[in-house]
Amino acid sequence: MTLIDTRTPDPKRFISGATGDWEIIVGMEIHAQVTSEAKLFSGASTTFGAAPNANVSLVDAAMPGMLPVINEVCVKQAIRTGLGLKAQINLRSVFDRKNYFYPDLPQGYQISQFKQPIVGEGKVTVSVGPAKDGSFEEIEVGIERLHLEQDAGKSMHDQHPTMSYVDLNRSGVALMEIVSKPDIRSADEAKAFLTKLRTILRYLGTCDGNMDEGSMRADVNVSVRRPGGEFGTRCEIKNVNSVRFVGQAIESEARRQIAILEDGGSIDQETRLFDPAKGETRSMRSKEEAHDYRYFPDPDLVPLEFDQAYVDALAADLTELPDEKKARFIEAFGLSEYDASVLIAEKATADFFEKVAKGRDGKAAANWVINDLLGALNKAGQGIDETPVSADQLGAIIDLIKNGTISGKIAKDLFEIVFTEGGDPVAIVDERGMKQVTDTGAIEKAVDEVIASNPEKVEQAKAKPTLAGWFVGQVMKATGGKANPQAVNALVKEKLGIDD
Amino acid sequence: MSVDIDTVKRVARLSRIAVDDADAERMTGELNAILGFVEQLNEVNVEGVEPMTSVIPMAMKKRQDGVTDGNKADDIVANAPVSEDNFFVVPKVVE
Repeated sequence: MTLIDTRTPDPKRFISGATGDWEIIVGMEIHAQVTSEAKLFSGASTTFGAAPNANVSLVDAAMPGMLPVINEVCVKQAIRTGLGLKAQINLRSVFDRKNYFYPDLPQGYQISQFKQPIVGEGKVTVSVGPAKDGSFEEIEVGIERLHLEQDAGKSMHDQHPTMSYVDLNRSGVALMEIVSKPDIRSADEAKAFLTKLRTILRYLGTCDGNMDEGSMRADVNVSVRRPGGEFGTRCEIKNVNSVRFVGQAIESEARRQIAILEDGGSIDQETRLFDPAKGETRSMRSKEEAHDYRYFPDPDLVPLEFDQAYVDALAADLTELPDEKKARFIEAFGLSEYDASVLIAEKATADFFEKVAKGRDGKAAANWVINDLLGALNKAGQGIDETPVSADQLGAIIDLIKNGTISGKIAKDLFEIVFTEGGDPVAIVDERGMKQVTDTGAIEKAVDEVIASNPEKVEQAKAKPTLAGWFVGQVMKATGGKANPQAVNALVKEKLGIDD
Repeated sequence: MSVDIDTVKRVARLSRIAVDDADAERMTGELNAILGFVEQLNEVNVEGVEPMTSVIPMAMKKRQDGVTDGNKADDIVANAPVSEDNFFVVPKVVE
């Protein structure tokens, strides 16, 4: 691959060393497990956490004479992902054997795609930020390719002092390897890219994006250079399994490389591991000889071919992607970029918001979903799919404010009740007497009482009109917070003879 | 194309086949004889000819996405020299 620098060096991304500024260059390879029932070339299950070797067919165990037969859904998932990455879909692609020996690879080779991948060049628009002033920077990260391949099994080294235990449940599960161009220039950009890619995959339903279970793993290529100079020698950090660790790994690796270069040394191209406990990368004991995978077309598989109509049908069925949804939310509901970004990050949140916002004020709906609902869920350690407050219930609360039945302050209490106890918001307001008092007579009576019992304050307020607020507070207290605040305010001022 | 003894040793190593020096020496000659034989194909002009991937032109067979196999861990590890709780057990490979 020819490396093309698509970005303009920007001082705000430079990191300073002892001898001047440096620029970080990052490219990523993401392994994303394809969401499917069965494996790429066999009928064994892909379920996570099964008993050892339970999800293994004779094909996955590479028993003699077994032949791979491709799972059509995995092919469709790869094409759909390619479409989501605005990428070239290759109507003809070829599976190759990548040869190496390791106990968790029973075939002695991985079936992968080398020269002719199913998906070619594409791009992802990444929103980086917000910066301190609340602004976002949009960058474009090129996609080099996406190809289908088999996952390997899993080796466990901590079960026995001298032996390793091998479980082939993951062996043969379909992976999409997504390779980015070296268009990323900072740890924050890398984190935002990975997050965005994860969001796109989850929208498409082609990968669950569950990094804890290893459904998404990133290899991060890091190099440093003088701003705008030639690309430096890169190191590959293998299997980083969280967005946060990607950031930490890049920061520490860049500092390590800068320290070596500034001391007059040079970087060895090598594979490294990130140690989350120490927050630094370390060399994997370098192989005695360079990898030689001896790729060749897998004779068990003819080329994978489909026509443009096949792709078009998948494209026609594609879900609304995060970028489109964000633009629509800003346009249709008048949301800020920040609010729209928060709402679209998870498709379930976006869907929930749309239900609440339907026929209501979009901004109010966004505020309630983001500040109140997501806040409460976060505190309770729950996800949007576990929300105790349904979209209808939240909508009802917003309606109650809108039609003046309850005040905004009471609405917060009502939300709390619905969140913890459940129930119909309208009924709760009725039963617990939470209705806002708009009856001027009742409010007037309360205002009169407060004024009558506080003659000194009345004198002070006449001299200093801002003290009217104290009276409003007292009246609200006397009415249990149910009086309409605007009405109270107006009456207090009128009675005290204060002009607006 | 021909191979030297170092190439033979390297390929043997990559294939995890134990080959001693005497064998490597002998195999170098044998492999070069084979390569020389295959080399004759270079006489054929294949300009613009797609590599043949199948004798009969056919579309790749595809399977439906459904679980039709598995749950035979006992069978899977039956021939393993060592196994425990249906794990394969192999000499430690961690770096």
